[in-house]
Amino acid sequence: MPSSLSLRAAIVSVALLLVFLIGWHIATRGTGATATMSPEYARLMGATATQGKSAMPGPLDVGAKLWEHIKSPFYDKGPNDKGLGIQLGYSIARVLLGYLLAVVFAAPLGFLIGMSPLMSKALDPFIQILKPISPLAWMPLALYTIKDSSVSAIFVIFICALWPMLINTAFGVAAVRKEWINVARTLEVGNVRRAFTVILPAAAPTILTGMRISIGIAWLVIVAAEMLVGGTGIGYFVWNEWNNLSITNVIIAILFIGLIGMILDQILARFARMVTFPE
Amino acid sequence: MPTFDNPFDPDRALTSGCSCGRHASASAHDDDLRLQLQCAAVESEEKRFEGVVASAVMRAVFPKDASRRAFLKSVGASTAVAALSQVFPLKTATEVFAQGGALEKKDLKVGFIPITCATPIIMAAPMGFYSKQGLNVEVIKTAGWAVIRDKTLNKEYDAAHMLSPMPIAITMGVGSTPVPFAVPAIENINGQAITLSVKHKDKRDPKSWKGFKFAVPFDYSMHNYLLRYYLAEHGIDPDTDVQIRAVPPPEMVANLRADNIDGFLGPDPMNQRAVYDGVGFIHMLSKEMWDGHPCCAFAASREFISAAPNSYAALLRAIIEATAFAAKAENRKQIAAAIAPANYINQPEIVLEQILTGTFADGLGNVKTDAKRLDFDPFPWESFAIWIMTQMKRWGQIKGEVDYAGIAKQVYLATDTTKLMTEAGLTPPVTTSKSFSVMGKTFDPAKPAAYLDSFAIKKAS
Repeated sequence: MPSSLSLRAAIVSVALLLVFLIGWHIATRGTGATATMSPEYARLMGATATQGKSAMPGPLDVGAKLWEHIKSPFYDKGPNDKGLGIQLGYSIARVLLGYLLAVVFAAPLGFLIGMSPLMSKALDPFIQILKPISPLAWMPLALYTIKDSSVSAIFVIFICALWPMLINTAFGVAAVRKEWINVARTLEVGNVRRAFTVILPAAAPTILTGMRISIGIAWLVIVAAEMLVGGTGIGYFVWNEWNNLSITNVIIAILFIGLIGMILDQILARFARMVTFPE
Repeated sequence: MPTFDNPFDPDRALTSGCSCGRHASASAHDDDLRLQLQCAAVESEEKRFEGVVASAVMRAVFPKDASRRAFLKSVGASTAVAALSQVFPLKTATEVFAQGGALEKKDLKVGFIPITCATPIIMAAPMGFYSKQGLNVEVIKTAGWAVIRDKTLNKEYDAAHMLSPMPIAITMGVGSTPVPFAVPAIENINGQAITLSVKHKDKRDPKSWKGFKFAVPFDYSMHNYLLRYYLAEHGIDPDTDVQIRAVPPPEMVANLRADNIDGFLGPDPMNQRAVYDGVGFIHMLSKEMWDGHPCCAFAASREFISAAPNSYAALLRAIIEATAFAAKAENRKQIAAAIAPANYINQPEIVLEQILTGTFADGLGNVKTDAKRLDFDPFPWESFAIWIMTQMKRWGQIKGEVDYAGIAKQVYLATDTTKLMTEAGLTPPVTTSKSFSVMGKTFDPAKPAAYLDSFAIKKAS
């Protein structure tokens, strides 16, 4: 039955999508010519004012524009107008940089906290206070002190990706079964070897869960951060198109942000499956 | 050097091969250069400068070398020179260029906000005014006034498009740490409007606006001061009778559509965009309140000016020439087309054209004409700065004793601009301060305190 279940699920998914698209199309249909205007005046007005075209783009408009973007994803027409592929590339690069920095920082620190009850207690107040701060709240401070907007964006990614990883690593390390540690102790395994051969494999699934949460947050934050600092990236693209009041392009950007976020999440999910072991 | 070639030769590449493109290899280039140096007297400096300027212009007109060659082959070099001289005053440009010293920094970054006020800063890039000065300027679209302030303070930008009160506020340390800033040129004069939601078509009398919600782009902006002035002149206290919020320009139109605000005094293209989209109408142009008021400014930190004086001068020359070009009505259509693409303002061309040419739909069914709706005059009158400070004080943004004339002289660099405008063949005014009238009331820059006292509605104590 499983194959027929996924088949049926796929059919329902497609049906839902179609219903959504048709509903969208109907809801955004224009009303036809609205007021009578002199042709000279009408020439100066937009389609919304003259033909009663909905201010919200329909699925066909979005589809046509989407195709344009997909056809030339890497064009470069100056510092403020680059293809969607380039914009996404910038965003992904920033996220990965900040994220890897966070991994480098969080993994050893998490290990330390997990293995030492003293450090765990000592660092706990800091973590509790710093963890709930919205990543974007750091932005003004980062801009002011770092004095470089792209480094500030990376710093914001770093600071928001840090906490889930740190807490999960610490939790995973602390939750390794006591029997295993005792066995290692009986066999007189050294501290370093114990960390790498006993604790790391046992805590790996929890650590990767933390990393998976982090990448999701990092991707959420980059869009907002780039909207704030401008320059390049998908967040900048959204802001730029918003300036132009082009809702079509904003919808397309949303679609891509969702797709990339999903891909990043799936990659981490795969890693997590690789290190999980059946008990 | 490629800039010293004859750029009107169709068979010459401006960039390829050796560093000058005239030789097959770098060693052949070196040999030739040695020969040239031995008889350097033959080629005059003037001739070389002419080549530099012309190359820059040609590159700006034909960013792709292939199209330049095709153009020259089809019309011939002499016709091309004549045609270009019509558009670009090659001779004047050469003279101006020759006067400048060596540029300390050629690659510059200038930030801008995508509104028509930034027209000279933006158009100078696609229309080649920067390259004419030997500069490679990247104009970078920026997300908001606070970001532009921070990026300029952080030296990510060498200079920037700012609201004309911002450099005064920054210099005085209002809303940021005090850093000495300077306004060597005003970007635009006029060019703003009060736009109201179409549902207020019948409420044209400001006295009936009590309880309205308005938007302005920034607290330290001409928009804020002009809207407050206008409301107060009609007996409405802007602090208690209405709500004024700082809202980024594109959100003004969206909020108007969503019925969140009743109107805004905002920068173009947003006024015209609200009309274009059928959600608002233009109640009045800011020009009708104060004809010739400054709006945005070209600003740089004092540090940049003293660290790279020649680059700064070249940049300013480019801006001033672009402003002079933009001031001519016959160039406006061409400018609208140049700044409309996504890389610059990113708006429908017809919207920008209406703003720049001054023939526009008002949102009430009329086509109006006002050639000076948006105008360009770079001269940073010190009296502008003084007026701005009176309004800052009037609305409680600054308190205590204010050294009006001193700060105005320090921030608005009228003297520098005079020198450069003369060099560029323009006629700058002879004084650095002038009197003007705002809504029928004359402002005397020598008596700011008396002016401030004359208002019935104000916050200042």
